[in-house]
Amino acid sequence: MKKLKILTNGLLKENPVLVLVLGTCPTLAMSVSVINAIAMGLAATAVLICSNAVISLLRKIIPDTVRIPCYIVVIAGFVTLVQMLMEAYLPDLYEMLGVYLALIVVNCIILGRAEMFANKHNVLESALDGLGMGIGFTLALIAMATVREVLGNASFAGMKIGFLQNFRIPILTAPPGGFLVFGILIALVAYLTRGKAPQRKSFDCEGCPSAAFCRKEQGACGIANETEAK
Amino acid sequence: MTTFKLMVKIIMTSVLVNNYVLSKFLGICPFLGVSKKIDQASGMGIAVIFVMLLATAATWPIQTYLLDPNGMGYLQTIVFILVIAALVQFVEIVLKKYLPSLHKSLGVYLPLITTNCAVLGVTINNITDGYNFLQSMVSSLGCGLGFLLAMVIFAGVRERMEEADPPKAFRGIPITLAAASIVSMAFYGFGGIVTSLFGE
Repeated sequence: MKKLKILTNGLLKENPVLVLVLGTCPTLAMSVSVINAIAMGLAATAVLICSNAVISLLRKIIPDTVRIPCYIVVIAGFVTLVQMLMEAYLPDLYEMLGVYLALIVVNCIILGRAEMFANKHNVLESALDGLGMGIGFTLALIAMATVREVLGNASFAGMKIGFLQNFRIPILTAPPGGFLVFGILIALVAYLTRGKAPQRKSFDCEGCPSAAFCRKEQGACGIANETEAK
Repeated sequence: MTTFKLMVKIIMTSVLVNNYVLSKFLGICPFLGVSKKIDQASGMGIAVIFVMLLATAATWPIQTYLLDPNGMGYLQTIVFILVIAALVQFVEIVLKKYLPSLHKSLGVYLPLITTNCAVLGVTINNITDGYNFLQSMVSSLGCGLGFLLAMVIFAGVRERMEEADPPKAFRGIPITLAAASIVSMAFYGFGGIVTSLFGE
């Protein structure tokens, strides 16, 4: 029962994109079409499951002071694996994802889960958390891509929708539309949950996975909070 | 095309048309997180330009003279992220020791930049676009300037926006994203400028 809860946590209650608002860069860039969204989501999910499991295995070996660089090396290793597999077996998708595939390394969802979950839980739980978070990420991406592709390009996963052809809103597939649709989706979640979900309220350091690291180093978070207090 | 003209073209492209934040969606976290005040935004922007130039100066030779001749191009992602992380830490230590005043104004932003996708993105893009060393440096400078420009404009918009009163569900993140969308729309207007100035 507890295992099931870990798995479903990432789907709705702590959805990484719409509630925790992490990993904004790939969400905005890869939600132009549903196919892109699925490919990005699955690639990130694969990396997330593997890195969570390995980091959980190594959690007692990695010294606390150098844990962030260690996590980054593990994540970068799995990203390289996914890159090579995709280049070999799915060259079209590899071309389409382009630089964003390599940038999974710096996706804050993955580093965030390593820091917040995998270094405190056992291997099975961590892998399940990775799976749940990955599916949550993929579903949110698909939801956003559906809005943008159907309204902006009058198609769904490449199939044309006839009756919408004359009512396209091309700006939605362009960059400004990405910001707008993302904002409206987050507002919709806030409205539907009536502010009861533990939704991230602003882009300040609360909820940022590297916040603890930055604060310790007296980083930008400290400065931002100081000026806030004044 | 003369070298100078090509450099101007690369800078114009990366500042206005392919702006890293507003049209390629790289570096969104600092763009939205550190843009509440104009002085913080410009500090962050300058730190990013600085790190982008350093990172390119370090990663381009590594890829060209170390990885490619030995057939290890596939190690690009791992090597680049490690080089950038080590470089940022190193720069922070050096600044702290020898230039404390500069460290005070820039150093605070450095830990945030280590995992900034704009920096990793620009180093990888320079390789995939096939730029030589000089072109890579110019392209990094352009991307950094574009980042600074977007940050400062957006900080100005947000300072005005604080007095606005959006509906409850839109408060916080959603209204910030809507504002970003409008700023991005302004940059979207630059679309054809480079082809009309320089030709294909």
